[in-house]
Amino acid sequence: MTQPNPQNGKSEFVLETHDLGIYYGNFRAVADVNIPVRRHKITAIIGPSGCGKSTLLRAFNRMNELFSGTRIEGSVTFEGQNLYDPSVDPVEVRYRIGMVFQKPNPFPKSIYENVAWGARIHGFKGDMDELVVSSLRQAALWDEVKDKLKQSGLALSGGQQQRLCIARALAVQPEVILMDEPASALDPIATLKIEELMQELKQNYTIVIVTHNMQQAARASDHTAMMMLTNGESRSGTVIEFDETNIIFTRPKDKRTEDYVTGRFG
Amino acid sequence: MKEKAVIQGFVKNLKARKRTGLVWHVVFQASTVVGIIALIALMLNVIDGAFGYVAYEARVDPDTLIVDGMPVEDQNKEQLVALLQSTLSSGAYNKLDNEKSFVDRSREEVYQLVVERIIKPKVVQVWKLWPSLTQADEIRATVAQDHPGAELDFVSWLTYDFVSRPQTSEPLTAGVRTAIFGSLWTILFTILFAFPVGVGASIYLEEYASDHWLNRIIQTNINNLAGVPSIVYGILGLAIFVRALEPLTSGEVFGLVDPTTANGRTVLSAGLTLGLLVLPIIIINAQEAIRAVPRSLRNASYGVGATKWQTVWSHVLPNAMPGILTGTILAVSRAIGETAPLVVVGASTAISFDPSSPFSKFTTLPIQIYQWTSRPQDEFRSLAAASILVLLVLLLTLNASAILLRNRFSRRY
Repeated sequence: MTQPNPQNGKSEFVLETHDLGIYYGNFRAVADVNIPVRRHKITAIIGPSGCGKSTLLRAFNRMNELFSGTRIEGSVTFEGQNLYDPSVDPVEVRYRIGMVFQKPNPFPKSIYENVAWGARIHGFKGDMDELVVSSLRQAALWDEVKDKLKQSGLALSGGQQQRLCIARALAVQPEVILMDEPASALDPIATLKIEELMQELKQNYTIVIVTHNMQQAARASDHTAMMMLTNGESRSGTVIEFDETNIIFTRPKDKRTEDYVTGRFG
Repeated sequence: MKEKAVIQGFVKNLKARKRTGLVWHVVFQASTVVGIIALIALMLNVIDGAFGYVAYEARVDPDTLIVDGMPVEDQNKEQLVALLQSTLSSGAYNKLDNEKSFVDRSREEVYQLVVERIIKPKVVQVWKLWPSLTQADEIRATVAQDHPGAELDFVSWLTYDFVSRPQTSEPLTAGVRTAIFGSLWTILFTILFAFPVGVGASIYLEEYASDHWLNRIIQTNINNLAGVPSIVYGILGLAIFVRALEPLTSGEVFGLVDPTTANGRTVLSAGLTLGLLVLPIIIINAQEAIRAVPRSLRNASYGVGATKWQTVWSHVLPNAMPGILTGTILAVSRAIGETAPLVVVGASTAISFDPSSPFSKFTTLPIQIYQWTSRPQDEFRSLAAASILVLLVLLLTLNASAILLRNRFSRRY
């Protein structure tokens, strides 16, 4: 994969999908998705359960391939390059496009190791302590764990665990962070912390977030993609509307979007 | 009114459900009790055989061997050697001296020889523990009447001497040291072979193999292999390790043994045969353990850009290790008690020297037990009972150490 272009030469779009379709075996789960992900913005993907939001999100860093029998049509470009080009190594993709999952899943290791492991496997040669501290700071977790770095990551509360997962993702210095319903397992206070954190992080990172929570999408994101199952025979999920978040939530063009965001549907 | 009828219906139903539950509770409890009874019966049977009265006659009365008023068991090494030299034929004496020079033999060893070669105590009758405890007077009367010259002792067949002495054909001086070392050597090679190969195969099948028809056939066959009778593995081991790979398993290619006497019936062959036997069990258990590692943990690892190998090595294996070790403990416990395949592979039944290398001839505890129980004389059955106790202790020790190891792994997280 090529190194990113110099700042001034970069396009506004970090990630773009082009007629993207995703198949599980013969079943087309997602069809005809054309959305951009803008640099240093938060892009939310919303929609009812089972419409392919997480599948689409995982297509951005080729996590879908870990399930056997998945394939895509169309393409996803990252900094202008096709992520699914045969010359691209999916390991490298996941290194540059990090991920935070729905359920907090820290490694059953110490807090320090959780953050350091990713960097270490990539051959990080700098000051590991500094990297761990800065990652935990960026994830707004440092003050809570600075005295117990040697303790197990699993001993933290759910919200802390999720921020630890964010710190872990940050430690390998990705350009994009994908978040798959990062707050769905958390209480409102922890959820709010994650949302505030996202606002901090977007200064330096591009974020794509899948969420079930309308208010969260409305509060936290800059752009929103509304997904829904098509009514055709195949029942694939697709993006029915993509726009700035305030437009999606105040004057959507699609009737189905309006029904969904106002709570009349889905 | 209708609602009330419904509620009454439910109450009746509850009683019936509770009764059904109680019946099953009793059934399950009874199953457990049957298992416990079987276990207790087994232990009692073994203990019954391992202790009790034994009546024996000496061919030479030890009283006739007293020198200067000193009974034979108190004499020093030189006196005992002199006794052997004067009593045995010079041919027999020289043969003993050639086997191991009398200068190198300890006093205990020489005394052992005196007992075996001169005094020659012979068992005339043995009693099990229960009759020994309940009918001691009758036993004494019987011995006094039938064998006036015999001595009657209450003995434990399981003694330190029994564990530390090599095998002999005389029940009173026989021991299981050879068999213990044989079992340990064999199980060492079983583990060295089956653990890495089994874990490796399970990693491949779980993490790398695609859902291809060929892989499914392999998987099905591994499951079936776990149920193949062990004697079949013995025949396989005989064909492969003892015969086909004889130069290797006999140590001939390493120049360690005399080619004319080289023989594939070695500790190495036995260990590899048992390794084949337990391989499917280890693979299946390790696969279960690997499958039980949550997907979220793998996702976390892949999510930071780890390769498959880094994910397997750093996360999947450490988390599956307690389960893998549990499976290995079960497999090794099975291997250590196996008899049939070793009979086929050619375990020796009468060797008196310890195995010293992978290419040694061997006997194992189960072989020894099998051989002793098949003898007609009662005293050998007592020896077998004592050996069973030794085998059980050995098994428990190995299992306990494996469990400690497993707990160390679990505690790391």
